[in-house]
Amino acid sequence: MKLPLWFHRLGSPPFVYRLAERLNPWLGAATVASLGIGAYWGLFVAPPDYLQGDAARIIYIHPQTAYVGMMAYVVLAVSAAIGYIWRIKLAHAVAVSAAPIGASFTFCALVTGSIWGAPTWGTFWQWSDPRIMSELLLLFLFLGYMALRAAFDERDKADRVSAILGVVGVVNVPIIHYSVLWWNTLHQGPTFSGTRIAMDTSMLIPFLIMLAGFTALFYWLLLRRLQAEIVDRERGTRWLGSLAREGAK
Amino acid sequence: MSEFFSMGGNGAYVWSAYGITLAVLIWNVWAARSRLKRNLRLAAQTGEAEQPARTPKVSQL
Repeated sequence: MKLPLWFHRLGSPPFVYRLAERLNPWLGAATVASLGIGAYWGLFVAPPDYLQGDAARIIYIHPQTAYVGMMAYVVLAVSAAIGYIWRIKLAHAVAVSAAPIGASFTFCALVTGSIWGAPTWGTFWQWSDPRIMSELLLLFLFLGYMALRAAFDERDKADRVSAILGVVGVVNVPIIHYSVLWWNTLHQGPTFSGTRIAMDTSMLIPFLIMLAGFTALFYWLLLRRLQAEIVDRERGTRWLGSLAREGAK
Repeated sequence: MSEFFSMGGNGAYVWSAYGITLAVLIWNVWAARSRLKRNLRLAAQTGEAEQPARTPKVSQL
């Protein structure tokens, strides 16, 4: 099978760096616009929940940050696997870039969930809850991945060893997703299952705008961090030397 | 307006959740940006001289 040229280019650091540079303002604008509109809609326009009142407005940030955290882990695991199997250094650079973003959003999901739990479940935290524990494990997987990398002086070795942890840890992602169905938990079941959407349109619109906004934010940050990682890995090459000198002027 | 900020008595929960998320969001943007800037500055200082040439010279072949 013959692959198209653009596919090969995705393994080239200068090409990806320049592509990220071009996409940067668009992703930034999409993030700011959708999160701005979505937050305004969710806080000011959308009605309060009939049961939870205004506390339910956390629904415009909590599931979104949790979703982005899980998506970040899948991106990390897939790129780590690509980097490990085909020895593509740029793929490892993507995995490295996804880790701190994923960790910070998973942290957000845990904190907002905890805050939401106080008025609705009557507790901030439940050590025996499978959804909370699997989400906490996700945070530890991100942190473990970063700590493991930091333990190696050689980057190639750090890439290969941390990739194994990254790939093995992906098993936790479906566990988080299905935890509310497999075990008894304080957490509610899925709002979207198949074609059933258990949310009114007045809430669904800001919900989806915020989801799009956080997704755009993730890719914006991912490409920014990937650029930083490429610059770090390519130091001393001719293309980067001229680019960095131009930027420093 | 104060009624809006009180969020029916749940203001502390709603606003702290949004506030923490916003803080993490801003940190993320700042961290990514400063990392790129720092690495670009380092790359500009390093230059190309320290690295061996990638194409071998005739004498090396």
